[in-house]
Amino acid sequence: MRVRISHRTTYTYAEPARSVIQVLRLTPRSNDSQRVSDWRIDVEADCRLAAGEDAFGNVTHTFSLSGPVTSLAITVEGVAETIDAAGVVHGAIERFPPEFYLRETALTAADDAMRAFAAQTGAGHATPLEKLHALMGALHARMVFDADPTNSGTTASESFTLGAGVCQDFAHILIGCARHLGIPARFAGGHLLRDDGVVNQQAGHAWAEAYVEGLGWVGFDAANDICPQERHIRVAIGLDYLGAAPVRGSRNGGGAEKLDVEVRVSHAGSRSQSQSQS
Amino acid sequence: MLARTADNLYWLARNIERADYLARIVNVTRRLDTLPSAYSGPGTEWESALLSAGASERFDEFHQNVDAASVIDFLVFDERNPSSIANCIENGRSNARAVRTALTVESWEAINSGWLDLKSFQKPRSPGDPASSERLGQYLDAVMKVALDVDGSAYRTMLRNDAFWFTRLGHFVERADNTARILDVKYNLLLPSSEPVGGPVDYFQWAAILRAVSALTAYNWLYKEGVKPWLVADLLILRPEMPRSLRFCCGEMVRVLDSFARVYGQQGPAQRHARHMLTRLENTTMKEVFNGGLHEFVTAFIEDNSKLGAEIAEQYLLD
Amino acid sequence: MTAFFNEMMRPGGTVRPAYARIADWLERTPPEVLASRRAQAELMFRRIGITFAVYGDKEASERLIPFDIAPRVLTRSEWTRLEAGLIQRVKALNLFLNDVYGAGAIMRAGIVPSDIIYRNPAYRPEMAGWSVPHDVYAHIAGIDVVRIDENDFYVLEDNARTPSGVSYMLENREVMMRLLPDLFSAHSVAPIETYPNELLASLRSVAPRSASRDPTIALLTPGQYNSAYYEHSFLADKLGIELVEGRDLLVRDDIVYMRTTQGPRRVDVIYRRLDDDFLDPLVFRPDSALGVPGLMSAYRAGNVTLANAVGAGVADDKAVYTYMPEIIKFYLGEAPLLKNVPTWRCREPDALKYVMEHLAELVVKEVNGSGGYGMLVGPHSTRDQIEAFSKKLAHDPANYIAQPTLALSVCPASFSGGVSPRHVDLRPFVLSGADGARVVPGGLTRVALNEGSLVVNSSQGGGTKDTWVIDDPATA
Repeated sequence: MRVRISHRTTYTYAEPARSVIQVLRLTPRSNDSQRVSDWRIDVEADCRLAAGEDAFGNVTHTFSLSGPVTSLAITVEGVAETIDAAGVVHGAIERFPPEFYLRETALTAADDAMRAFAAQTGAGHATPLEKLHALMGALHARMVFDADPTNSGTTASESFTLGAGVCQDFAHILIGCARHLGIPARFAGGHLLRDDGVVNQQAGHAWAEAYVEGLGWVGFDAANDICPQERHIRVAIGLDYLGAAPVRGSRNGGGAEKLDVEVRVSHAGSRSQSQSQS
Repeated sequence: MLARTADNLYWLARNIERADYLARIVNVTRRLDTLPSAYSGPGTEWESALLSAGASERFDEFHQNVDAASVIDFLVFDERNPSSIANCIENGRSNARAVRTALTVESWEAINSGWLDLKSFQKPRSPGDPASSERLGQYLDAVMKVALDVDGSAYRTMLRNDAFWFTRLGHFVERADNTARILDVKYNLLLPSSEPVGGPVDYFQWAAILRAVSALTAYNWLYKEGVKPWLVADLLILRPEMPRSLRFCCGEMVRVLDSFARVYGQQGPAQRHARHMLTRLENTTMKEVFNGGLHEFVTAFIEDNSKLGAEIAEQYLLD
Repeated sequence: MTAFFNEMMRPGGTVRPAYARIADWLERTPPEVLASRRAQAELMFRRIGITFAVYGDKEASERLIPFDIAPRVLTRSEWTRLEAGLIQRVKALNLFLNDVYGAGAIMRAGIVPSDIIYRNPAYRPEMAGWSVPHDVYAHIAGIDVVRIDENDFYVLEDNARTPSGVSYMLENREVMMRLLPDLFSAHSVAPIETYPNELLASLRSVAPRSASRDPTIALLTPGQYNSAYYEHSFLADKLGIELVEGRDLLVRDDIVYMRTTQGPRRVDVIYRRLDDDFLDPLVFRPDSALGVPGLMSAYRAGNVTLANAVGAGVADDKAVYTYMPEIIKFYLGEAPLLKNVPTWRCREPDALKYVMEHLAELVVKEVNGSGGYGMLVGPHSTRDQIEAFSKKLAHDPANYIAQPTLALSVCPASFSGGVSPRHVDLRPFVLSGADGARVVPGGLTRVALNEGSLVVNSSQGGGTKDTWVIDDPATA
């Protein structure tokens, strides 16, 4: 499947900012189930966009601007050719052994309730793979998808207590539970081509990946109760959202900030979108 | 030098100078307040004090009536007033603490022990009662003493490098602003309609202003005649030998800014602007000032001076 | 007290030669003179330590750590042995850190289990796969050393993160020289006043290769409300470098600058006294207002050196500590010169069994805890506390190590009631630069001022002493 992604982020500052610095993780890498072609990234400002790589091998672009900056727009656009690998990630860059991904982080740490949930859900299942599927299913059933009560700083524990959250929160909870069961797990951020034909989205997508002996890294999208398919485009990974965040930035001055994000994920090529069903 | 260090030194001086000025404003108002009320509308002095401290809007947020007790409390002690004397001393000391190593031991001790002394003062309860009034007087004297100590210790002990010059710059920018404002006190004081300009109340008011800035003796030395408004204005605006006059302050600012330009090998809007301010004062006569209106002149100067402050911040303190 | 190694007195009650003059001085000086010396010392500290003693507010006066005027003495030959051991240890620590963030040979060789590295929060993935300038990670290391007998020094703990306390070492000496010049000149005490110069030389030597020949060095502090701020400003002053806060620095196109009155000025080396977590909000804690956005990117680009390196704290881990003898052998092919305190790794079933059975006698520590948190001191704990702790231990044994309660050596300390022995430890400061490692002769001796106490922490009744390295007495 050929998926076209266009992602535009616009910042508008109430007062001119003296300086802005950002690290972007907006460029996917190719792996066995996705081939990235034609990827373009553009910052509409006078600056040097330095390409690099972070600790996990994610592609980064860093730039710094000296003010006054009143607005700033970042655009990425490109096409990824994907195949369905039933969620198994092969051919991606691996910088650390799986055991590294047993580390707890503030955003994913399991509280007592999550630990009990993980233990209980995993109990009837023999293999880690089965436990992970069970966790994904149970989470999907338990949690309400709701963008209102959480934000990018919400912890797994907070969201689990609320029983609600967005894909990022689902991923964090799943990661925390898996690690508690001794299964290495990590955060994956990217995009999802929706199967209902809706192209315009408010944000990117996120899911969890867990390491299964014999298979390797496998994705689990608890928000949709599926393992990633050809509709998932994987952009960055990390121990949690912070490691894979599309944009991390800082500025000096500028007052209040207005942020507009436009994400369009569509079939590339001319075929009609009603085709997509799975 | 780090911009933050310079910023703290500059504001250390400004805060201390402002505390000194406010103490003087309160003192002069107390003096004016002793005039029999038949001579002046009640409360006018305290309104004028608020105006010349630039604090009336903020005062109105917290108080219904303008009276001696609440104005004194607001200008001297109130933590809600960012420019109360207590806050100026607190902020000045915290500026000093942040750049402790850029100061000499003597300078640090001047500000720190002043801060400690003032903290231990008990806040007078009711300004009406003589004991409180005396205590307030002592407090205000102590504030002026801190300013004298801080200034004197810097003058006597600091290396003449950029650290010293930034304190001087803050000192004179603030002082020029304050002198301009104290001249405006007289404008804000309403002369009762029954009173002739140049009459005894008018005289008393002008003399009180001179006394407030410790310039009565200087006035007598220089002019050898009774207190006259244009001569007071001349002393506080144009006299180059009067260390509070606008002319003197601008001269010092130019000197300091020029030494930065020399040492740093670069000059900018602050230097040009300060020179322009000085030249204007040098080429003005008292006649022109009064023809255009003293209040208008003073208002324009305050604006000009605060523009210079912004340019200094932009050029040296922010980046 | 006889059970402890007494550094001044032999068991029979005779004085060891190195302490002969000090013992004599302590005995001959009338108590009121000692008392007045103590008072003078305190006064001097208030004056010298002016930036933290004269604030006049409570927090500041509390921060005056008690100083004991009786010096602690090491002979030149003792010091030489200790020094060689310290340098060996810190060399190995730096090689270890290089390896852990590089090829990982020691893990592949099966000497250090990889999970104690990868699951350690102080291990920073951002440091993996590239080399820091000149391969130095722990530029300043504080190695805590204790004596329990006449012959050996034992390492209690390695501090490769941001060891503090060196300002006390320097000021203690300053005060002693002014206070007791006669006692001083009667001994030939090796100087430590060169520490700031040595530190500056080390920091200059690790400047990035792209830096100018006269690199700009700055000391990064969390600010005036940090408890060690006094030390930060003291050191910046002694080194003649700028004391900067995060907001004084900015990064533009991977170059670090400080904001000065003459515009941005490039910074090449940052002696940072700010924890990893707060260094760069774009990489670590996003809510850090103390750090410098973009700093890590400049660091990775090789345009700035951070001392100590990010992620050096992985060497402080108590589980890693237990492998130090093997680590030294692995990298240097030498036998360790300093001993480790015998330690049980609870991750190993046999050790766990032993520890469980002997909790009442042992000190059990969390592997990455510090400051006494998550720790059980068996002999000082109630049965309930031990019971509760054993559950935690059973639940996650790999997270703990256990050590015997150490019989720290004692030295004389001077009190209003007279002179009596108190327990001490020692923190020497080891500097590593591109040109090798060095230690100034001495360190910070911490002393437990409460009788019988083994706790030397300043928060719990600990004080400090000047530490003298003197020539060996003619007769031993």
